[in-house]
Amino acid sequence: MSVIIRGLSRRFGSAQALQDIELSVRAGEFVALLGPSGSGKTTLLRILAGLDFADGGTVQIGGVPMEGVPARRRGIGFVFQNYALFRHMTVFENVAFGLRVRPRASRPPEAEIAARVRRLLERMGIPELERRLPEQISGGQRQRVALARALAIEPPLLLLDEPFGALDAAVRHGLRRWLRELHNEMSLTSLFVTHDQEEAMALADRVAVLQAGRIAQIDTPEMVLERPANAFVAGFLGQAARLPAMLRDGAVDFAPLPLPPLPREALVSAPDRDGPVQAFIRAHEWRAEPAAPGQANAVLRSARPSGGMLQADIALGELTVEALLPAGPLRAGSPCLLRPLTARLFPA
Amino acid sequence: MMAACSTAFTSRAADAMAAPPSAALRTRPGSLASRRGPLPGFGLSLGVALFWLSALVLIPLGALLLRPWELGVSGLWRSLSEPRVLAALRLSFLGALTASAVTLPFGLLLAWVLVRDRFPGRRLLDAMVDLPFALPTAVAGLALTALYAPNGWLGAPLAALGVKVAYTPLGVILAMAFVGLPFIVRTVEPVLRDLPREAEEAAATLGASRPQILWRVVLPALAPALLAGFAMASARAIGEYGSVIFIAGNMPMVSEIAPLVIVTRLEQFDYAGAAAVGLAMLALSFLLLLALNLATRFWRPV
Repeated sequence: MSVIIRGLSRRFGSAQALQDIELSVRAGEFVALLGPSGSGKTTLLRILAGLDFADGGTVQIGGVPMEGVPARRRGIGFVFQNYALFRHMTVFENVAFGLRVRPRASRPPEAEIAARVRRLLERMGIPELERRLPEQISGGQRQRVALARALAIEPPLLLLDEPFGALDAAVRHGLRRWLRELHNEMSLTSLFVTHDQEEAMALADRVAVLQAGRIAQIDTPEMVLERPANAFVAGFLGQAARLPAMLRDGAVDFAPLPLPPLPREALVSAPDRDGPVQAFIRAHEWRAEPAAPGQANAVLRSARPSGGMLQADIALGELTVEALLPAGPLRAGSPCLLRPLTARLFPA
Repeated sequence: MMAACSTAFTSRAADAMAAPPSAALRTRPGSLASRRGPLPGFGLSLGVALFWLSALVLIPLGALLLRPWELGVSGLWRSLSEPRVLAALRLSFLGALTASAVTLPFGLLLAWVLVRDRFPGRRLLDAMVDLPFALPTAVAGLALTALYAPNGWLGAPLAALGVKVAYTPLGVILAMAFVGLPFIVRTVEPVLRDLPREAEEAAATLGASRPQILWRVVLPALAPALLAGFAMASARAIGEYGSVIFIAGNMPMVSEIAPLVIVTRLEQFDYAGAAAVGLAMLALSFLLLLALNLATRFWRPV
């Protein structure tokens, strides 16, 4: 079910939580809302669910304007960060809740409710938990129950607020792949909020990067990573060193840092006009060769092997640069000649 | 696996540390002292607690249990089966239960407003809830009587409508409701404050209407607290004396409460007879609180 958001704004007192949000999600898409805490991503999700209200702008879900439609009539699945399970109900009753509260005319008979709940628990891989209470099961299991409960009303649109935020890394990894499969199988449209870029990259068809209440960029994971739209996105994604530099005469000059200049042709992206810039260089975009002390511009502080590469901390003047180097003769303490292969430049 | 190992390790370490002092205490295996928890000083704190409980509760109650038997079994029976005593006991217990049941929804509403709403004067209202705790009960009783007497501010219009409050069982219930209110508000309030809003929001996204959320999500979560508040308010109302006797009018068989019967018998130097009524109240209160306690446990599934 498609979602179209136009010019959406929301203020909390003097704080502008959302400003002029424009976002279109196609039916069947899996979109991640990625941003640091306080960037407005949860607020956006809550407005879509009808749990919060915009000051301006419009939301259409499945072509229907949502203005004045209360949360309970939207039929949207919402999974809360802390699961928000009903503590006094068993897992079974939690999942059955959305069916039991339907008006008598559209409420399925008891046998069908039971069959549907069992089928969902089966699908979530937790059929044996039916009689347990939320506090008697683990975090990962609670997350599955919360998801089953949201899916029981057969929502065409699923909203997830930091669904794996409270789980440990191993459980999170497993659930991630499982959620993606579920999305495809049940032909859902899903929007999920996260501050974990790795999670966003691994799960989403498209990633919307939020910055202080605005969407800074929305694109495929590859594109936001390779072609960040602005300095914020470049700095937020993919661990990059941020260096001040000057773009002039078709090259980047890193002075006063002792780095060799980079020609314009080597750059991934750069502003059209010359002037002061911020250069973003990722860990794998560095090279370092052993050099005699007189020719060296840096010192290798420490290095440890990482998947056939060398994860190195390199002292460049006052700075420490994290670099992912091909395995070589460099050892901790050796002077070396450090140079960037490429960079992404944004006007300073 | 890791967690299991580390717990096992910690508990063994705790055993080792606790061993030297407790070895001296441990006289018989399986005695209280040998069942050690991770916190030190269990034996000492249990001892102090039992001493205080004995001095303040068990010994006086023991005396109360023994005294009435001076009358003999048949004398005790005769003393308690006087119609006037039975009527007073009935009024005290049924009145207390009625008053608490009536106060329960209002107490819940008041707690709800205090926790969920922000309005000017909320703190003032919050402070006023505790006034029935603090006010000398006789003062409250006199104020209620003045207000509800047939010529009082509220009593006069009510009398015109044919409702008589003061000097009737209705007055007794009113005074009991007055003293019970803070118990209900103060037991429900913290639980309501801790109730996650998200559970209600989740219910809304699942299609539940406001009344359904209240009935299926909020009230079940509050049920143990409501029952506990009801129990405390009832217990207080059963034993309430000062605020009730003024408004009650104390007509035997109609508006006389059991505590007043006890005082009356004391004034007639019928100490054993007074203790007999006390014993009956003690037994009935105990049964009532026990039943409410079991009900609370039923509601709290774990």
